[in-house]
Amino acid sequence: MRHIISLLMENEAGALSRVAGLFSSRGYNIESLTVAATEDSTLSRMTLVTTGSDDVIEQITKQLNKLIEVVKVVDLSEGNHIERELMLIKVRAVDHDREEIKRMADIFRGRIIDVTDKSYTIELTGTGSKLDAFIEAMNHTTILETVRTGASGIGRGERILKV
Amino acid sequence: MFNPTYIADIQHLETQESMSADLTGAEITVRCLQEEGVEHIFGYPGGAVLFLYDELFKQDKVRHILVRHEQAAVHAADGYARSSNKVGVALVTSGPGVTNAVTGIATAYMDSIPLVIISGQVPTHAIGLDAFQEVDTVGITRPCVKHNFLVKDVAELAVTIKKAFYIASTGRPGPVLVDIPKDVSQQKTKFVYPERVTMRSYNPNIRGHAGQIKKAVQLILEARRPMIYTGGGVILSDAASRLTELVRLLRFPCTNTLMGLGGYPATDRQFVGMLGMHGTYEANMAMQHCDVLVAVGARFDDRVIGNPKHFYNPDRKIIHIDIDPSSISKRVKVDVPIVGNVPDVLDELIKLLELRKEKPDQSALDAWWAQIDSWRERDCLRYDRTSAIIKPQMVVETLYKVTNGDAFITSDVGQHQMWAAQFYKFDLPRRWINSGGLGTMGFGLPSAMGVQMANPGAHVACITGEASIQMCIQELSTCKQYHLPLKIINLNNRYMGMVRQWQEFFHGNRYAESYMDALPDFVKLAESYGHVGMRIEQPGDVEAALQEAFKLKGRLVFMDFVTDQTENVFPMVPGGKGLSEMILV
Repeated sequence: MRHIISLLMENEAGALSRVAGLFSSRGYNIESLTVAATEDSTLSRMTLVTTGSDDVIEQITKQLNKLIEVVKVVDLSEGNHIERELMLIKVRAVDHDREEIKRMADIFRGRIIDVTDKSYTIELTGTGSKLDAFIEAMNHTTILETVRTGASGIGRGERILKV
Repeated sequence: MFNPTYIADIQHLETQESMSADLTGAEITVRCLQEEGVEHIFGYPGGAVLFLYDELFKQDKVRHILVRHEQAAVHAADGYARSSNKVGVALVTSGPGVTNAVTGIATAYMDSIPLVIISGQVPTHAIGLDAFQEVDTVGITRPCVKHNFLVKDVAELAVTIKKAFYIASTGRPGPVLVDIPKDVSQQKTKFVYPERVTMRSYNPNIRGHAGQIKKAVQLILEARRPMIYTGGGVILSDAASRLTELVRLLRFPCTNTLMGLGGYPATDRQFVGMLGMHGTYEANMAMQHCDVLVAVGARFDDRVIGNPKHFYNPDRKIIHIDIDPSSISKRVKVDVPIVGNVPDVLDELIKLLELRKEKPDQSALDAWWAQIDSWRERDCLRYDRTSAIIKPQMVVETLYKVTNGDAFITSDVGQHQMWAAQFYKFDLPRRWINSGGLGTMGFGLPSAMGVQMANPGAHVACITGEASIQMCIQELSTCKQYHLPLKIINLNNRYMGMVRQWQEFFHGNRYAESYMDALPDFVKLAESYGHVGMRIEQPGDVEAALQEAFKLKGRLVFMDFVTDQTENVFPMVPGGKGLSEMILV
């Protein structure tokens, strides 16, 4: 089953490689990983998407907690949460495609952020499946490049992850 | 992402101001070791640590032991730590110094041994430029340390070393490495050593959950076929006396893992021997058929319970006490997990049991003991005592007799290790020193040096084989330099015995590369290092030779026992099988 795990860790050199190393050395899946400093510059917030049986996910959270630099770990999938991913997608846009692509971007609530006479670059946020759907919809045209951030997640309502 | 100025929540409580003059990083490092009360460090000098060695040279509080290979430095620090419950310290240079040390570090990591390893690194401005003797030490050691640090600023050096000792020795212990670039050891700053350090991301002192402990007591009281299974956690947390109290209070059978030997007195009737791949018939059968299992500081690893699918028994409830939550339900699902410091949890259990004043069903317990005694009658450790060739088991038994069971025993890895564990009866913790998790050949001799350093005057014997001993044989030179009177018991069967045994059982008697050809004359070899060498070829000479060796106080004696080449270790649970599927003698 897919899980989205969020963690706070010390914003120190090497902390990210400890997490990445843990996943590779213990053979855990890692679908995506995003990380950046928080409003408190001594802390980084990481969102990990992984898959595994309940036993494996239990081990993953325990092993993450065991890392010396990890302050807190929460499995967001255990409760209501919101997740978003950002995608930048560059497509070939010429002739009658220009209108069609613009319309499609509007439908998906994307924004065209760069334009040349042959291409559009579109910014889109949403869940992974929404971004997948957009790529699917763009299939009739030529996708030149896509960049995705991987999911970021946050608990709904009063549910917060803070030191 | 990178914020080099970050320092974890450090409380400079009652910090000690030293002399007002600034100190170099090298001076600070040595001062930190002194503040930690370190008496011995094991190491090997090199370019990146020259300033550190210069400071060691100028003082005499911290004694440096010069080994002959960095692997031995870490094993020696490891043996020192295992036999004393102090943090072991090793010092190595950059590059090959570190890579040589990795085997030692991984050995300590697998067995959760508290070590601080200080390594030199090329100067900060040269890092990443493929400098001479540069390796990514933090990267290479990351998977086999509890934590590691690269100190890039001398201002953080003292607090980093404080953290290293704190992390290594608390919670589930383990090795911590501090990598110090050469220029950092030259830079100066004011020396302040924090008395205490707290880190918001590391809170190792966990109390067992009171509700869970109550549940455990209830299960224990309802048990009809109970079993207590304990591991290295009992030794590491100094919980042996409490464990003994609990086991005797309950009159339950008790087994120890290879790492847990000495946690419960081996000569006591309630001890059913070691369990696992080469455990006793009675211990393995009792593990498999018990209805309530209390696991204490043990981790259900593959050499202990075999295949978890075969181990599974729906009628058995498991209570698991461990300080590391990730050890719980890792290989075997348990019913009552208790995360906490083992001696504290055992105290709580004993208190609650005494309060309840109830006892488990005593007639059921009597019947269970009768069952266990019938398993004992199999006499699973029997061997031919009339053999005209020396049996390795007999050597260990005789060693036990000659030392009155009171020696520190280190071992290497293989058949001799299992015979040592089966036939030397450890009544006390921290007497049995071996590489259980990683299974490191070459561990025995250097770890014995550390044991002897930590326990001057004690009898220290290294039980080894002719293959293992050659992996760190160079340390005979260190032993000469520091007058370490070790007794080396070489069970020489001219084979990598355990490899040979597996080839006999599982590979159609094809002994691929397991024969030790071109062996040195160990007597002459020992003599050339300035030690006493003995070769013992007749069973009738074993006891007298051992007596003579232990009479040679102050001398290292290398005893080369020519043993039966075909002897195998029994019982044996083949890989992938269940505990009750033993091959018996």
